[in-house]
Amino acid sequence: MNMEAAHQSHGNRLYLTVWVGLLALTIAEVILAYLAIPVTPMLILLVGFSLIKTGLIVAYFMHLRFEKLSLTLTLIPAVVICIALLFIFFPDSLRLLELRR
Amino acid sequence: MADMVSETRLSAWGGGRSPYAIGSNKLGMWLFLLSDTLTFSAMLIAYSFVRVASEDWPRPFEGFSIFMASVMTFCLLSSSLTMVMAVAAAKQKELRRTVGWLLATILGGVLFIILHTNEWLELIHEGVTPFGNPWGAPLFGASFFTLTGLHMTHVTGGVIYLGVIAWGFGKGKFTSEDVEISGLYWHFVDLVWMFIFPMVYLLSWKI
Repeated sequence: MNMEAAHQSHGNRLYLTVWVGLLALTIAEVILAYLAIPVTPMLILLVGFSLIKTGLIVAYFMHLRFEKLSLTLTLIPAVVICIALLFIFFPDSLRLLELRR
Repeated sequence: MADMVSETRLSAWGGGRSPYAIGSNKLGMWLFLLSDTLTFSAMLIAYSFVRVASEDWPRPFEGFSIFMASVMTFCLLSSSLTMVMAVAAAKQKELRRTVGWLLATILGGVLFIILHTNEWLELIHEGVTPFGNPWGAPLFGASFFTLTGLHMTHVTGGVIYLGVIAWGFGKGKFTSEDVEISGLYWHFVDLVWMFIFPMVYLLSWKI
């Protein structure tokens, strides 16, 4: 049995499990925000949870896990590097904050 | 053709004329989503930039707004689930079930748009404009409306896209791959909201 057939026979249960996982992570995020912990750990946790959710959506809902590895290797590192490059200017926001004080 | 595809699965890069073993339409959608990812990343980073650089960033969302935003998140997440069900049904060539799941997905999107519009109107009613608001940093309005507005445009476009796909698939004009490609777009729209919800709403909760 190839991957696709194996995937289809367990498909619906897998999708439901992923959906429950996504809901649980979302609820965890809301609770976290309600606890109002300091902003830096909160930001790290919220973005971390969202990255896990992204992984679940891309891997299972968007089927990337069941595509050829070359597609993943072409798409994901490129987008990660580009997003990292977008952060180059970010430290300047702290300088701006100092200037405005 | 089938032989070529199964052969290409043997090694990651040994694809010959079909290096990714997917149709050109699907690859095109993936590349579009890649560029759209960068658009939304740039916007979220710009939003974070002005927020960090402002001392008096407003936190206008009360418990009820957060609750409604959570309901909107639930709508999008659940519409993603109905979307994968539509793709699975389309692969098994079940026309009616596919169209049914697609309509359920569209319903989720429409609910999202209605709730979101309602929230926009509320904020506008409270005096938020792109260049000012009653609470603090004036750029709050511009960044909020641009970010959520672009996302809502994507949801609206997605609802129309899925409507066309549902209509065409029901008439036999589109293949199951077309349904799958529209699914990729829809999941992406859901994915973007998974960042807007915590960064724009949860971090602006007035407690």
